[in-house]
Amino acid sequence: MGKLNYFKPKLTLSTMPGRKLIELKNVKKHYFMGDNVVKAVDGITLEIKEKEFVSIMGPSGSGKSTAMNLVGSLDVPTEGKIFLDGQDIALFTESELAQLRGRKIGFIFQSFNLIPNLTAKENVMIPMTFQNQSREFSEAKAEELLELVELGDRMDHYTNQLSGGQQQRVAIARSLANDPDVILADEPTGNLDTKTGELVMDFLKKLNKEGKTIIMVTHDPDLAKEHSSKIYWLKDGKIEKITRTK
Amino acid sequence: MKPRLILLASKNIKNRGIRSWLTMIGIFIGIAALVSLITMGQGLQTAITGQFSTIDPDKLIITNVDTGFGPPGSTAVEKLDDDDKELLESINGVDVVVQRLVRVVSFEFNDKTEFSFVANIPQEKDAIDVVYDALNIELEEGRLLDQNDRRKVILGNDYTSDDFGKEIRLGKTVTIQGEDFEVIGFLKKAGTFILNGAIIMPDKDLRDILNIDDEYDILIVQVKDAKEVDDVKSTIERKFRKDRDLDLGEEDFSVQTPQQGIQTINTVLLSIQFVIIGIALISLLVGGIGITNTMYTSVLERRKEIGIMKSIGAKNSDIITIFLAESALLGLVGGIVGIIIGLGLAYGAAAGISGALGGLEFVITPNTSLLIFAGAFSVLVGTLSGVFPAIQASKLNPVEALRS
Repeated sequence: MGKLNYFKPKLTLSTMPGRKLIELKNVKKHYFMGDNVVKAVDGITLEIKEKEFVSIMGPSGSGKSTAMNLVGSLDVPTEGKIFLDGQDIALFTESELAQLRGRKIGFIFQSFNLIPNLTAKENVMIPMTFQNQSREFSEAKAEELLELVELGDRMDHYTNQLSGGQQQRVAIARSLANDPDVILADEPTGNLDTKTGELVMDFLKKLNKEGKTIIMVTHDPDLAKEHSSKIYWLKDGKIEKITRTK
Repeated sequence: MKPRLILLASKNIKNRGIRSWLTMIGIFIGIAALVSLITMGQGLQTAITGQFSTIDPDKLIITNVDTGFGPPGSTAVEKLDDDDKELLESINGVDVVVQRLVRVVSFEFNDKTEFSFVANIPQEKDAIDVVYDALNIELEEGRLLDQNDRRKVILGNDYTSDDFGKEIRLGKTVTIQGEDFEVIGFLKKAGTFILNGAIIMPDKDLRDILNIDDEYDILIVQVKDAKEVDDVKSTIERKFRKDRDLDLGEEDFSVQTPQQGIQTINTVLLSIQFVIIGIALISLLVGGIGITNTMYTSVLERRKEIGIMKSIGAKNSDIITIFLAESALLGLVGGIVGIIIGLGLAYGAAAGISGALGGLEFVITPNTSLLIFAGAFSVLVGTLSGVFPAIQASKLNPVEALRS
């Protein structure tokens, strides 16, 4: 895998070790369907600090997908507060939040979620386009990132010309495009075979070592235990327990 | 505005392949109709104006017209007669009155028969000069008719070809309405198709072969002073009303300056163009609705893609830009193809019409501002058609969109 030293830890005051990147304070997400209230997330409080590798665990229906959306500020809570890098997301407009999210968080999805009309390189470039980066910069960086995930020879391939593992690596490269502090991975190995899954996990681990904060949502306890330093166990929309593995 | 989002939009359109083309059909038709019909209309206008350009400003054209009262067919237009001619001659400021007959006759040569326009050459010397001058007649060979000629004709330039299987030469005899005539001249190729296909014969001969006695199709008045043409016109109108016992507004005759003749035709052409533009606009409206429909479908199909883009930092305005760019591009490409088809149709039709009518100079000149307008209008239709789908796309909740 060679050179994974692209992301040098930033030694600025704001990135001193222990800085809270994401904070949820008694966050609830309730859905109202007629007279019924579905309490998908029902009062979660958690903190994710810089350089942590955190897993959010839980069986299906435990609310972990909703929790992930809230942690990734894709969704807004019905109650409670979410802070992204110290800023209350409730104070942002939808578009401002999208911009902030694009800079601070890189997403990796279970089903890769690449844009099918675009090549691998264009997929990696697009988050930079949304941040108004120049074409030259975006292209150079996309190439660098694809080299990093060992897809230097697949840059101009369309997503349907790539294997699942390759697509997930493109997604990893894309998540790194705007040099975010946090990588949020939702079941990143869910659609991959064991061997490819391990490769993807290796990438995430290395990124963590290079200073990235990784949040992984999974239903696989072994995967969570093997890689993360802290696991939030979710059940019925609440945190059942927190375990530290390392 | 992020130019690369437009690139993304163009990729999306390309990716939809045949569906994009089908979406654009309405735009093709609308723009093609708009461009071809307006271009042809302008060509036709130029051609028709050209037909009239030989008429000088010191002349007035008097015809009888249908008053339009009563059931159709009951108001057959009466012909002008000698009384009218004499009345005109009595008016102050009138120099010469020329009687014109334009009819269709059978023309036979080498056992082949065709039907042609025939026009008379008046009997009086000064009237003959007016006609030759007004029609701008030039000979290719032979000589012009004069007041002493009988049973002789001049033929338009079309007759110099060997359409009859044998060339018609000077001095040959042709049969017109069953009567023999000697060909004494051929006209040079003229800008007017009527003249190129016409037979010109002495007034008396034409009356003989068609049994016409005291009637004229048109009377042309040459005024003494071109500056007085409007005064003479009102005098003629007043005297005709008095002679026929008609009130103002009830006229069953028309006195027109050549410019008015052109204006009348232009008015007709303009109203035809309005109808055509109306039809083209309806087609564009339908085309626009087609784009809206495709874009709405596209929003539904690409919910997930929209969710992905929002999750990786796309603002609402970015999503709007992508979708608006797509619909605008559909309009642009539709417009460009429509313009090409439209010009092709106009050139094709012009060539066909010119071929069918002979010497009519039906020249198509692409009007740059029309083409730019058509292209811009098409982009506008495309963009407007995409507004609602684009807003809908931008308002999608990223979480729900990602779930689809």
